[in-house]
Amino acid sequence: MLTKVHSGLDPVPGVWWKPAHKAEKVWVAIAFAWCMVLFAMMPLWHWKGGQNPSGIRRRVDAVKFYERTVEFAQQYKIGEYRGVPIAAPPPGSEVYLTGMTFQWYPILQLQAGATYRLHMSSLDVNHGFSLYPLNVNFQVVPGYDYALQVTPTEAGDFRIICNEFCGIGHHTMVGRVIVVDADGKPLADNAHAVIRDREAK
Amino acid sequence: MSTVATFPHRICPATGRVIATSAESLIKVNAVVAVVALLIGAIAALLLVLTRWQAVHLLPAEWYYRILGVHGMNMLIFFIIYFEMAVLWFASTVLLNARPANPKLGWFSFGLMMAGTLMVEWAQWTGRADVLFTSYPPLKAHPALYLGVILFAVGALTVTGLFFATLVIAKREQRYEGSVPLVVYGAVTAAIIAVITLLHGAMIYIPTFLWSIGLIKSIDPQIYRMIWWALGHSSQQINVAAMVAVWYMLSGLTIGGVVLNEKVSRSAFVLYVLFISMASAHHLLVDPGFGPAWKIVNTSYFMYLAVLASMIHGFTVPAGMELGMRLRGFTDGLFGWLRRAPWGDPGFSSLVFSVVVFGFVGGITGVTIGTEQINIIAHNTMRVPGHFHATVVSGTAMAFMGATYYLLPLIFRRKVAFWGLAKMQPYLFSIGMLLLSMGMTFAGSFGVPRRHWDISFAQSPFEVTFNPAVDIVLAVMGIGGILAVTGALAFIAIAVKSVFFGEAITTWPLGKEIAGIPQGLTMPPVHAANVDELNEQLHDEKRGIAGATPGTLVLVGIFLLAFVVYYFTNWKLLSFLWKVG
Repeated sequence: MLTKVHSGLDPVPGVWWKPAHKAEKVWVAIAFAWCMVLFAMMPLWHWKGGQNPSGIRRRVDAVKFYERTVEFAQQYKIGEYRGVPIAAPPPGSEVYLTGMTFQWYPILQLQAGATYRLHMSSLDVNHGFSLYPLNVNFQVVPGYDYALQVTPTEAGDFRIICNEFCGIGHHTMVGRVIVVDADGKPLADNAHAVIRDREAK
Repeated sequence: MSTVATFPHRICPATGRVIATSAESLIKVNAVVAVVALLIGAIAALLLVLTRWQAVHLLPAEWYYRILGVHGMNMLIFFIIYFEMAVLWFASTVLLNARPANPKLGWFSFGLMMAGTLMVEWAQWTGRADVLFTSYPPLKAHPALYLGVILFAVGALTVTGLFFATLVIAKREQRYEGSVPLVVYGAVTAAIIAVITLLHGAMIYIPTFLWSIGLIKSIDPQIYRMIWWALGHSSQQINVAAMVAVWYMLSGLTIGGVVLNEKVSRSAFVLYVLFISMASAHHLLVDPGFGPAWKIVNTSYFMYLAVLASMIHGFTVPAGMELGMRLRGFTDGLFGWLRRAPWGDPGFSSLVFSVVVFGFVGGITGVTIGTEQINIIAHNTMRVPGHFHATVVSGTAMAFMGATYYLLPLIFRRKVAFWGLAKMQPYLFSIGMLLLSMGMTFAGSFGVPRRHWDISFAQSPFEVTFNPAVDIVLAVMGIGGILAVTGALAFIAIAVKSVFFGEAITTWPLGKEIAGIPQGLTMPPVHAANVDELNEQLHDEKRGIAGATPGTLVLVGIFLLAFVVYYFTNWKLLSFLWKVG
C-alpha cells in the first residue's frame, strides 16, 4: 500500500513532484544564499584580497628551467650555505626556484616589503612548496613554470618543506628563504633562529 | 503482486520482502571481502598513526610510505567499493523484491575485481609500487599496480551495469508499484556517479599502464593529476551518495524516519549527479596548470550546487527522523524525539554519528579548504587527511557499519555476536575518529605536511622546529587513531564472529528485546493507523515557520553558525600571510 507518510524504503506513487512544506523551503533558500556567499568570496578576494593563486604559468622544458635557475643563482650569488648558493636578487626581479629530489635550489635572500616574481618548477617529479612557518603551500609540477608575485611582509629565516611525496628521501627535502629587513638582518650566512635570537639579546 | 516470485527466493520474516537467493550470495561475498580489506586497512592505520605520532615514530621510512599506499588502497578503494557493490545488489534486488540480472556475470565481475585486488596487494606489499595511493607520474610503479586497478574498475563497472539492468527487470516484471523508493534512488545516484568516475579511471590508468610497460613515452604530470582526481575525488562522491542512501535506510529501519518530501530529497540527489565530477579541482587549486576562473567554477561545483545538495540532505535526514518519532508519539519539547531514541541500537547511534561528524567536521572543513585561496593554507598539509577522515571514515564507513548491524540478521540470518560490544562500537569508533580528524586538522594548521615520515627533519640540511603545540595535537591524533582502530577491529570481530560462527536465526518474536538483534527489527517502528491525519496536524499552518520539525531547525541553525564562523576564521588567517598573487 502506498501511504502518504512513508520511509525511504517504500516505493512511492509515480508522480512524486509535490510542493514542499514551509520549513524545507526556508532551509533550501538559506542554504542557497549561503552557497552564493561561498561562491562570491573567491572572485571578491581576487579583487580585494592579498593572497591568491596566480594565473601566471606556462609549459617549460624541465631541464631548461633548471638551467635558467642555475644561471639566476650564479648571477645574484652572494655566498653559499652547506654547498647551496645563496641568491639575492634585486627587488622587482624574476626569481627562480627548482625543486629536485631531494633539495630546493638555490637559497633565496629577499627583502621585506619588496615584490618579486617567483618562478617555481621541478626537475624531476612533483614536489610541494610549503613555506615554514607561515604555511603557504603551492604545488610544483615538472614541465610547468608557476610564477607568483610575492611580497614578503616581514624579515625572518624561513624554510621550504617539500609536502608532496617525491620518493624515499622526501622527508629530508628542506630549502631556505631568508628575508632581510632594511638593516640587512637576519644575515644570510649565520641566520638561523638560534643565532639570531642570541644576537637580539 | 510483489510477494509472488517465480525465481528461487525466501521471504524475510521481519520485513516480508522477497530475497532472491542468487542476489543474497552476491551481497554476502562482497560484504565479506569488504571486511577483509577493512582489516588490512585498519592494521595499516595503526602502524601509520604510531609513526606520524612523532613521539612514537614506529615504522622505518621505507615501510611508512609503503604501508601508507596499502592503507589508501585497502580503505578508499577495496573496503568501500566492495561494500558499495553489496549495497547496489541489495538496493536493486531486496528493496525492490526483485531478482538480479545475470548473477553469473555478477560472479565473473566479482572474480575480475578479486584478480585486480590481488595484483595491487602483491605489487604494494612486495615494494614494487612505492608511489603511494595517487601514483603521480613521473613516479613509476610495477605495471601490476595499474593493471590491477584497471581489472578492478572493469569489474566494478560491470556490476554497475548489472545494477541498472536489474532495475529494468524489476520494473518490467512489476516487482514494485509506482516509483522506486528513495533509498534505491540514492543508490542509482551513486551508480551513475560510479560510471562517470570509473570512466575517468580508465582514461588515466590505461595510458599510465601503457607507459609503465614502455609503450608510451611519457605522461603529462599535470594532466594526470587532473584526470586522476576526477577518479579520486569523484569516487568519494559515490561514497557520499551511497552514504546518504544508507542514512535514509537506517532512519526508516531504526526509528521509523519518514521522507518529508520526495521532490526535495530526489532533486538534491540529482544535483550530486550534475555537479559532483567537478570536484577534481579541489586538488588542483594551487597547481600551475589552471587559471583562477577554471579553479573557481570547478572547485565550487558550479556555484556550490553540490554543497547545496548535502545541506539539503543534512536537513531532510534529521527532519525525517524527527517527524518519524513525532508521528510515533514522541512529541515532547524540541528534542524529546532525540532523547527518547534508541541510543543502544548500534544502527541508530551509527546513523547519528555519521550524520553529525560528516556534516560538522567533514563538510565544513571540506568546503573551507576547497576554497581557491584558503587552499593556500591547507594544500598537502594534514588538514587534508583531517578533512577526509571525517567524511569517508566517520561518515561513510560509520554508516556502512551501522547498516551491517541490520544486514547481519536480515541477509546473513545470524544474530549480531558480542552484542554488548556492538552497542558500544559506534561510540568508540566515532569518538576515536573525531579525535584523529581534529588532531590532524590542527596539526595541518601549523603547516605539518601530510604523507611525511619525519617532521623532526633529523636528516635535513636545515633544521625545522614546529610549534610545541604540534606535539600535543599529534598525541591527540595518536590516541584518537588507537581508539578508532580498536573500534574498527571490534567491528571486524563482531562481523566475522556473526557471519561464520554466529547463532543462526530464521525468525524471531516481535515486541520484545532480544540480544543480538537490533531494536528496529525486534520492535519495528510502526506508525499509528491514523498517521496521515497526525501528519496533517503537525504540518498545520498555525505551527508557523518551525513547522513539523522545530528541533531540526534549531540543529541546522547551529550547523550554519559553525560553518560561517569556521569559514571566515580561515579567511582571516589567510590575510595574515605574505602578499601572493
